[in-house]
Amino acid sequence: MLTAIDLACVRGDRRLFANLGFNLESGGRLHVTGENGSGKTSLLRMLCGLSPPEAGEIRWQGETIARQGDEYRKAVLYLGHHNALKEELTALENLRTTAALAGVAIDDAKGVELLGRVGLAGREELPVRFLSQGQKRRVALSRLLWSAAPLWVLDEPFVALDSAAVTWLADIVGKHLSAGGMAVLTSHQEVEIAAGKAQTVRLTQ
Amino acid sequence: MRNSLAAQLPATSAEAGGLGALSVLAAVIRRDLLLALRRKSEVLTSLFFFVIVVSLFPLGIGPEMALLRIIAPGVLWVAALLAAMLSLQRLFATDYADGTLEQMVLSPAPLGLLVMGKIVAHWLVTGLPLVLIAPLLGLQYDLAPQALGILMLSLLIGTPLLSLIGAIGAALTLGVRGGGVLLSLLTLPLYIPALIFGAGAVEADISGLGAVGHLSLLAALLALSVFFAPWATTASLRIALE
Repeated sequence: MLTAIDLACVRGDRRLFANLGFNLESGGRLHVTGENGSGKTSLLRMLCGLSPPEAGEIRWQGETIARQGDEYRKAVLYLGHHNALKEELTALENLRTTAALAGVAIDDAKGVELLGRVGLAGREELPVRFLSQGQKRRVALSRLLWSAAPLWVLDEPFVALDSAAVTWLADIVGKHLSAGGMAVLTSHQEVEIAAGKAQTVRLTQ
Repeated sequence: MRNSLAAQLPATSAEAGGLGALSVLAAVIRRDLLLALRRKSEVLTSLFFFVIVVSLFPLGIGPEMALLRIIAPGVLWVAALLAAMLSLQRLFATDYADGTLEQMVLSPAPLGLLVMGKIVAHWLVTGLPLVLIAPLLGLQYDLAPQALGILMLSLLIGTPLLSLIGAIGAALTLGVRGGGVLLSLLTLPLYIPALIFGAGAVEADISGLGAVGHLSLLAALLALSVFFAPWATTASLRIALE
């Protein structure tokens, strides 16, 4: 269970949000909405533990995340604006390195299969810089297929994806939620996700 | 909850199994070496810089063997410092820009270990070639075979030190505008002990005093920075990402 209590965020001199709280249970998803610059990404980075909240507390399974260290990092999968891909490396090399960084071993055959499932069959050995924006996003999203993290924090996951990929991703997130996972996501697109209890947090200035 | 989830995703996670800390370290080193292999020009820049700077001095000064022998250790070491500086700025900058650094911070493996992997890869790519080519360049300065050996040894101990200290500077100046200049101002003063003991070892050997003392101090500095540099770098990286 992910709990946020009285969170506040300050960027420069501006207070983006304050007194923000929510409770995300197993199988639930949280939509963070708001205008550009309202602090959606800041909130998501806070929830991952990348930046400490200005005030308030974030708890995972009842304990403050700052005190949990690698226990919490194992439980979170964060997909930010950046795809975290190396342009010079192939899709397969990127996938294997990303997995290794998260402590998961994936061999070549498995990697090819996973890339096939995100619609990149035949492009495994192509350096990522030759892929389109949407294909790069798909390589980044392949992490969702091997990760065992129960909490997915996805920042604008649908950006640059075509409609087939959007449906695929909504389906994957739905399956994750029905399996007892949780998801926090921001999106400007209206996307149907079938499963899970939905909550919305709207950030206003 | 986590267990039940893992049980429902057997095809990937359970089969793949977990990785130990050492294999995560190896994965970081392998990735950075692979990247260096694909971006050869960046790697060769600092090596050629070293070769050219060192070779310019004999051409400028002329064939005065006695003078060249005296300035050789200093010139080679200063050139090595500057060559190491050249590649430092990119140590974390590309990872920062493409989001890889965020993923490294969020990795279950300790960040200090991943940083160590990057430092090792940086040394293998930019430090080790300098060590290997230094004796050849030393010949232009009429250094005796034994002095060349000491030069190599001092660089072998000293160049990892340059990568370790440089990593702190690179992490501190991450995301700062005009970071390149700031990085030099920050890092070069920290290189002074390495320069003194490194060049000093070769000078001591040439003058017949024996290089052991200087080399031991250089090795002590290396041991100290192996311990502290990853920690300081990690702290700076976390601040840069906030």
